Amino acid sequence: MFYIIQQTLNALQLGSIYALIALGYTMVYGILTMINFAHGDLFMVGAFLCFVAATFFHMSFIPALLLSILGTALLGVVIEKFAYKPLRQAPRVSAIITALGVGIFLENFTLALNPYPRFIPPLVCNLTWTFGELSFSLLQVMIITLSVILMLLLDFTVRRTMVGMAMRAISWDKSVAPLMGIPVNRIISATFAIGTGLGGAAGMMYGLAYPVIDPYMGIMVGWKAFISAVVGGIGNIRGAMIGGFILGAVEILVAAFFPSTYRDFVAFALLLVLLIFRPHGILGKPHAQKV
Amino acid sequence: MGQKAVFGIILLAAAVAFTGCGKSDSDSIKVGVIAELTGDVPAVGASCRNAAEMAVKELNDAGGIEIGGKKYPVRIYIEDNAGKADQSASSAQKLITQQRVLAIIGPNASRYAIPASEVAESAKTALITPWSTTPKTTLDAKTNAPKKYVFRACFTDPFQGRVVAKFVLENLKAKKAAVLYDVASEYNKGIAEIFKETFEKGGGRIVSFETYTTNDKDFSAQLTKIKKASPDVIFLPNYYSEVPLQIQQAKRLGISVPFIGSDSWGSAELVKLCGGDCEGYYFSTHYAADAATPATRKFIDGYKAKYGVVPDDVAALTYDSFGLLFQAVKTAGKTDRQAVRDALSRIPNYDGVTGKMQFQEGSGDPIKSAVILQIKDGKFVWFANANP
Repeated sequence: MFYIIQQTLNALQLGSIYALIALGYTMVYGILTMINFAHGDLFMVGAFLCFVAATFFHMSFIPALLLSILGTALLGVVIEKFAYKPLRQAPRVSAIITALGVGIFLENFTLALNPYPRFIPPLVCNLTWTFGELSFSLLQVMIITLSVILMLLLDFTVRRTMVGMAMRAISWDKSVAPLMGIPVNRIISATFAIGTGLGGAAGMMYGLAYPVIDPYMGIMVGWKAFISAVVGGIGNIRGAMIGGFILGAVEILVAAFFPSTYRDFVAFALLLVLLIFRPHGILGKPHAQKV
Repeated sequence: MGQKAVFGIILLAAAVAFTGCGKSDSDSIKVGVIAELTGDVPAVGASCRNAAEMAVKELNDAGGIEIGGKKYPVRIYIEDNAGKADQSASSAQKLITQQRVLAIIGPNASRYAIPASEVAESAKTALITPWSTTPKTTLDAKTNAPKKYVFRACFTDPFQGRVVAKFVLENLKAKKAAVLYDVASEYNKGIAEIFKETFEKGGGRIVSFETYTTNDKDFSAQLTKIKKASPDVIFLPNYYSEVPLQIQQAKRLGISVPFIGSDSWGSAELVKLCGGDCEGYYFSTHYAADAATPATRKFIDGYKAKYGVVPDDVAALTYDSFGLLFQAVKTAGKTDRQAVRDALSRIPNYDGVTGKMQFQEGSGDPIKSAVILQIKDGKFVWFANANP
């Protein structure tokens, strides 16, 4: 029994991080129908910003979190302005190639600064509670609650505020939205800022949970978050959250019962099977293409 | 323009190509180095490069290697394998065919040393890996017979696995052990299996034998399983960049038994990455910087003065690899690949900074001993010796 609860906690921790990153993919897709393949590397930048904040400026948890979120959000907006905006009218595939390029640039830029894996000092005190055979740490609780808070905030923003309404309008019809007086460029910037900011927050929490970070850490995690977004229905925010938790649970379950070498192929097989039966993901709705 | 011009261009190209080859023949002895300068274990590559440059500089400052009354300086060509198996093989190819080196030192990690050693073996060029401990490096993949041109400066995994298993049984008096290892890496897998075999033979019980895959960051599922099995000790034969994550996650899951490691722990980076979580744990390795002989002391002081850090085992073993090669060239008395290989395979006694070594024809593995170190106040401290 304890064993099952312990594994559930493990799954929640991993799943909440995947969900936070998946949100970035899904938001950008929702508004631009473009997959931002640099997102995994922005997540890596978030972790490195946390490392810089903690090691060189000796910041505590909250300031470091703010730095990670704001820094990556700013970087996301800048990347959108310089790399993606000029290609907005170009074929989708050009934008995707650019995104891959930006991702590789970010990896190798960080690599050029320092090829060594880095250690993030613990920003959350090392408290562990034990009930019988069940142990959970303060960090674990913080990661899960903080992710849930950020997701609730995002859900509120998208559904209840003017900015959120504008986002949904652009995602609904990009050509009519500006006719209604919606500042499309500013809303797209805001979307990038929020999406990559959440990725940065995920990067920091991942960095605290798995404190050895390196420039390539974003690749695999990025792919997995992307799968989460697709499983949940890309473009759908609640779908991305559900997808993240499902993937986290699958990975922990596989590693708990099989050799962990099976983990990735089971996760990716799940994606294939699910997409055969629900090509638009769990919450995604088929869009009728108007000709 | 036409056929004449095309012919002229071909001639010119041929001329350039031939002078390019002819020019490389000079008065120095060329040695290739393949190091993991970028990729997943860059600290290993950096130590290897530092020690290589130091060994060569010391030799050249003394005039070089004397062959037939004339002294030849040594020139090294350092290649980065980027932490990739394919690039290790292509680096070896490049060094052998383009730079025409006499012998190759490196790569260090077994998963890169094996592909490079295949190339060296087929090109009949001696390769000494400083740090690759897996038996397969010096054995032919098909026939399991020893390779003729591949040597190492370190002991092998079977030896190390036995040393650690014996240490756990006799010194720690532990009877139940758990193992978590990287199933996708040659080194980790080999040593984990030998540890299991020896430990069970010695009367111990392996209560949990868990795996993960290179680059995994989350070990919570496996560690939860290990915790359920309640072992007395956990063996982590994994690389220094991953061990801290495993120990920290284990502690967060409420695991408090001691951890044991192998020589892949022996990088100063381990303590930095652990941030205090690795205090008091033991691992087996090649040499102890604090229990050093005068010759070793001289190497350590020289290295410290040059690079500002205590040399780790990769640095010491790279330095010894160069020492072995220099001695072999001297014995061979000529810069011929085959002669150097023959001399290398019969080194009767080499007194290196990682201890005494001996090579016998028919095996690329030296006969040498191991040490057990303990991590104390962020430093590696000598704990025990283990002889073959």
